[in-house]
Amino acid sequence: MALMVVKFDLKKRVKLAQTVWFMYWFAVLAGILVLSLGLFFKIELRKRSELMDNNESHFLPNLLILMGLIACGINAFGGKVCYDSLDPVKFAKWKPMLKYFLVFCVCFNGLLLMTSLLCFLMRIPLQFTLAEGIKNGMKFYKDTDTPGRCYMKRTLDLMQMEFRCCGNDNFRDWFEIQWVSNRYLDFSSKEVKDRIGSNVDGQYLMDGVPFSCCNPSSPRPCIQYQMTNNSAHYSYDHYTEELNVWKKGCRDALLSYYGGIMNTIGALVVLVTMLEVAVTVGLQYVNSSLSTLANPEEVESESEGYLLEKTVKETFTDIMAKMKAMGKGGKVEEGGEEAVATVS
Amino acid sequence: MVLLKMKFNQQRRVRLAQGLWLLSWLAVMCGAFIFCLGVYLKTELLRRDEVMENTEIHVVPNILMMVGLASIGTNWVATRVCQDSLDASRFPRWKVLLLAWFVVAALLCCLLLAVVVLSYVLQGRLEESLKVGLRNGIRFYKDTDVPGRCFQKETIDRLQMEFRCCGNNNFKDWFEVQWVSGRFLDYTAQEVKDRIRSNVDGRYLLDGVPFSCCNPASPRPCLQYHLTDNRAHFNYDYLSEDLNLYSRGCRQALTDYYMGLMNSTGPGVLSVILIQISVMLSLRYLQTAVEGAMALEDPEGDSEGYILEKGVKETFEEVKVKVLTMMKLAQVDPEGVPVDAEAEKAADTTAEKAASPTPAS
Repeated sequence: MALMVVKFDLKKRVKLAQTVWFMYWFAVLAGILVLSLGLFFKIELRKRSELMDNNESHFLPNLLILMGLIACGINAFGGKVCYDSLDPVKFAKWKPMLKYFLVFCVCFNGLLLMTSLLCFLMRIPLQFTLAEGIKNGMKFYKDTDTPGRCYMKRTLDLMQMEFRCCGNDNFRDWFEIQWVSNRYLDFSSKEVKDRIGSNVDGQYLMDGVPFSCCNPSSPRPCIQYQMTNNSAHYSYDHYTEELNVWKKGCRDALLSYYGGIMNTIGALVVLVTMLEVAVTVGLQYVNSSLSTLANPEEVESESEGYLLEKTVKETFTDIMAKMKAMGKGGKVEEGGEEAVATVS
Repeated sequence: MVLLKMKFNQQRRVRLAQGLWLLSWLAVMCGAFIFCLGVYLKTELLRRDEVMENTEIHVVPNILMMVGLASIGTNWVATRVCQDSLDASRFPRWKVLLLAWFVVAALLCCLLLAVVVLSYVLQGRLEESLKVGLRNGIRFYKDTDVPGRCFQKETIDRLQMEFRCCGNNNFKDWFEVQWVSGRFLDYTAQEVKDRIRSNVDGRYLLDGVPFSCCNPASPRPCLQYHLTDNRAHFNYDYLSEDLNLYSRGCRQALTDYYMGLMNSTGPGVLSVILIQISVMLSLRYLQTAVEGAMALEDPEGDSEGYILEKGVKETFEEVKVKVLTMMKLAQVDPEGVPVDAEAEKAADTTAEKAASPTPAS
C-alpha cells in the first residue's frame, strides 16, 4: 500500500511537471548561492590567515563549494528530466536511471543537512585557532625587521582598529609581552634597565598598549602609557576609566564576526536543503505518476503518484533484505558446491 | 529638403518599433542606474557632512536623482508609444504628446551634460568648504563636554583613521590648536603653566598630535608627543621620519576621494546620454515613418522617415517665428485694439504658413 498517493490526470501532471521544472531552476540558483557562500567564507578566512597562524581549517568552505557545484549539476539535470517528462518518447530515455538519481538526491540532501550542522559547530575549533594565532601575533608585533613577520605590526594594528578590540582577552595581554622593538630602546637609560631587570626573561615590559587600542569615543586624548599609574595623569582613575581603550578582546571580536558569518551561511544552507527536498519529492511524484500509466501511449489517462511504492516499514525491510542478499552474494562461491548438492 | 531621409517598408517599421521598445526599456534601466548613482553620491556626501561647511556640492547628486526619475518616466512613455505605434487606431493619441516628449528628452540630455561639467567645476568650492569645515573640526576637537560639539573628537578621529590623513594640510595643524581639553590639564604643574604662558591667547599648545594620526605601517610604536624634539625619543630624527604619522592632509584626502567618485561615474553618465540620444532619434524615425504610412492609401506600403522635414536652418526660422507670434499674442491686452488687429493679421499669416507643413510637428 503506497505512501501518500495522489491522483493525477493529464492537466495535473502537466502542471506538476511545469512547477517542478520551475523549482529546479530556483534550485540551480540556490546551488550557485551555496557555491558563492563557500567562496566568500574561504576568502574571509584567507584574509586573516596571518592572525590564525596560517593554521586555519578550510574544510568547511571547501565542502560548501563542492556541495554548491554538485547541487547545480543535479538540479540542472533534474530540470531537464522534468522538461522532457511531458514527452513520452524523451522521458523513456531517462526512465531507467531515474530511480538511482532519486536515491542519489536523497543522499545529497542528507549531506547538505550535515553541512549546515557543521556550519554551526565549526565555531569551537575556530575559537582555539584564533586564541593561538592572536597570542603568537602579539609576540611578533615588535619584529618589524624580521623577514616574514615584518607586517605583523600593521596587521594587528589594523585589526584592532577595525574590530574595535585590544589584546587577546583584554588590553592587559599587552602588559605581559615586549611589544617595543629593541632598536628603539635606549639601553643606557635607567628606566629601561629597571624594566628589563624586573623580570626573569629580561624583557622590556610596561603597562602600556599600542595606539590601535585607543577608543575614539573617549572624551579625553588617549592614555596609552603608564595606564595603571593614577598619579601619572591628571584626573585619572584606571579602575573607573572605561572609554579610554577598547574593552573587548580581539579573540571574542573575531569569533563573533566569523560566528555571525557561519550562522548566516548555516541558516541559508538549511533553507536550500528544504528546497532540495521539495524538488526531490516533486520529481518522485512526476516519476511515479508517469510510471503507473496503464498504457504509456495513452497520455490522457489518469494515473496515481506516490512518495514510496510500499509503506516506510516495508521499504526499509526491502532495503535490508537487498543488502543482506548483496552480502550473501559474496559468499556464494564458497558454499556453491554444497548448495547444488542439496538442491539436487 | 529633408534631413537624413530613410525608406521604411512595413517589415522595417515593425523591426524598428520592436528594437526601439527594447532600447527604451534599456533606457529605463539606465534612468534607474542614474537615480541610484545620485542616491549613492548623496549618502557619501552626507556621511561627511560634519566636516563640510556648505552644501553647494550637493547640487550634483540632486540633479542626478531628478534626472534619473524623469528619465524613467520619459522612457517608459517611449515604450508605450512603441507598443501603440503599429496600431493605427491607437497611435494618433500620442501625436500631441510627442513634441513635448522630444523637448523633455533633450532637456534631460543637457542636464546630464551639465552634471558632468559641474562635477569638475565645483571641485574648488568643495575644497574651500572642506578647508573651513576641517578647521572648525580641529578647533572644536577638545570640546567633548559642549553640547552640539561633543562628537567632533570622535568624528575627526574616525575620519583621520579611515582616510589615513592628519590635520587640514598636514600634521602641523595640530600644533597650532589646543586639542587637549582644560578638564584634563593640571594647571598647578609647571609644564602646563609654561606652555600656557608661551602664547598670547593662553592656550595649551604642544608639538603633539592625537593618536588617530598614527600610521600603522610604521616599524616603531607611534610617537605622538614631543615630535619636534629629537632628544625626547631614542634613535629619532624629526626631519627624516616619514612613516610615523600620516603625511597627507585630510582636505586633500577627502577631495581626492570625492573627485575619484565623480570621475568614475563620468563614463557611465556619458553612455547614458548616448543611449538617450539614440532613443530620441529612433523614436523620431518611427514617428515620421508611421505617420507617413498612415497618410498613404495602403497602410502596409512603403513610407519615408526623417529627422527634420526641412533643413536645420528653415526649421529654426519657423520655430523662431512661432515663438515670436506667441509672445506677441501674449502682449495683446495692455496695448489695446490696434495691436489686436496687427496680432490678428500676423496670426492669420502664420496660420496659413502653419497649415501647409503640418507633418513637421
